[in-house]
Amino acid sequence: MSSPAKTSIRLITVAGPPSCGKTSVILRTVEPMLARGLSIGVVKFDCLTSEDHHRYHHAGIPVKKGLAGGLCPDHFFIANIDQAVQWGIKSGFDLLITESAGLCNRCSPHIRGVLAVCVIDQLSGVHTPRKIGPMLKSADVAVLTKGDIVSQAEREVFAFRVRQVNARAAVLPVNGLTGQGNLLLQKHFQNAPAITSLEDYRLRFTMPAALCSYCLGETRIGPDCQIGNIKTMDFS
Amino acid sequence: MSRSLILAQKVSTLVKERPYLLDFFTAMAITVPRDKVSLQEFLASTPATHLAEFSLDHQGLTDQCLDFIEQMETFSAQGHSSVSEVTIKAGCDKNGRPEPHGVILKVGEVVAVVGPTGSGKSRLLADIECLAQKDTPSGRQVLLDGEAPDEQKRLSGDQQLVAQLSQNMNFVMDLSVGAFVRMHAESRLVSDIDARIDQIFSTAVELAGEPFTLETHVTALSGGQSRALMIADVACLSASPIVLIDEIENAGVDRRRALELLVKEEKIVLMATHDPLLALSADRRLVIGNGGIQAILETSPEERQVITELLEIDKRLAGVRDQIRRGNRVSRRSQK
Repeated sequence: MSSPAKTSIRLITVAGPPSCGKTSVILRTVEPMLARGLSIGVVKFDCLTSEDHHRYHHAGIPVKKGLAGGLCPDHFFIANIDQAVQWGIKSGFDLLITESAGLCNRCSPHIRGVLAVCVIDQLSGVHTPRKIGPMLKSADVAVLTKGDIVSQAEREVFAFRVRQVNARAAVLPVNGLTGQGNLLLQKHFQNAPAITSLEDYRLRFTMPAALCSYCLGETRIGPDCQIGNIKTMDFS
Repeated sequence: MSRSLILAQKVSTLVKERPYLLDFFTAMAITVPRDKVSLQEFLASTPATHLAEFSLDHQGLTDQCLDFIEQMETFSAQGHSSVSEVTIKAGCDKNGRPEPHGVILKVGEVVAVVGPTGSGKSRLLADIECLAQKDTPSGRQVLLDGEAPDEQKRLSGDQQLVAQLSQNMNFVMDLSVGAFVRMHAESRLVSDIDARIDQIFSTAVELAGEPFTLETHVTALSGGQSRALMIADVACLSASPIVLIDEIENAGVDRRRALELLVKEEKIVLMATHDPLLALSADRRLVIGNGGIQAILETSPEERQVITELLEIDKRLAGVRDQIRRGNRVSRRSQK
């Protein structure tokens, strides 16, 4: 399946709230694909710390870890994604998967022309689909995890609410422990569009806007210290 | 209805016919007007600054709104077109040898799936769940009413064939029984919600034996009561034609009644169980071994007589359990 010098790669952006099972879903889904001889790499984007790259490492999957630290994680993501793609192509991968947590529920790393996957945990309650916004709304595939311990009624309500937020996405329940349901997700992964570079590609959704004194390290509180793009609430 | 026709309709009429539209606008923090504007005018009148919060323009909002209506229509149509027969064409076992049997499952049928751990029961159920098309390790193919499902539809996950009832499942939401069933009914877009709630509630109480009310919170139900509610709910509201059960606890649920209910509601009931009473109550047993269906056993007349014996034992056990619950002494069975 692999030819010596690759010039393109299938890119998949996987996003989802923290601890919803992204890493487990990715691992269970790529294991059978690795067994079929595909070459797959992962880039894990996180904020402060992450141990997940050990899990990929352990599974024999080449992985790079990027920590945003004090920066907005999704701004950090987008500033590094094309480099990640070039790393993936140079390494000769068939597939490159990026994993990132949408921490402020306003972020969405999804790019037009790149397969966008959103993972949500069904234990998090039926209101979650509405709360997480663009990360789900602009995804091509919504993966629902942890369904094995939730009542059938709640699973059906959850899937319905996901469809209400995103009528176009495929909605696939996948069990991150046993891998049950991963076959259809594998097919989506394998059909992901191949790209050579992300230059001139566009985000599906704007990132949270901010350029204020706090972005630049201000810690004091009070109107005198708030300069720049500030939004205030109405308490009258 | 075509898109331009929908756009020309009054918002108030649309919302009356399609209550789910309220959800769409609520999620976007848009208030639905009561006067006679058309959907097109209404969408166009939404302030652009408000839409910018959602990274949308007017065209984007219109597209999303129409997509939403289309999706919901497809979804509600699905509830009516149910599957009446599921064919599982034989694949191969774990050693790659041809599987001895395929099987056709029909609605109103109860089928037990038996075999030791590691025999391949989960593999069979996973094949059904993902509508395998000779593309799983078993090489099995699943047909719905004799036909292979459309690949595009399969990939969309729109059709969930299997509803699951498992001992590990819990209610996560903190809602009253009434509100809980209402929420499920709303998401299934059924028309007569109140009647459906009554039906499910009375069925659940009957199955549970121990009474509870519509105001009881689902998280406060006993094990037997919540299982009974889950069974009644799946029987009367779930869209999936197949119900998969992995054991029903003995305590607190009339298990045979539960099966009768599911059969009456035109479900295909699959039970991964070795409980003798349940397994023998099935019409057939699929014997799984080495990753394949090794045999299909119809429940014989003799086995049906065994059920009668087992029911006696079951009754005796239930009686003793009841004595213990009431704080009484338990005595030996009187010899007649």
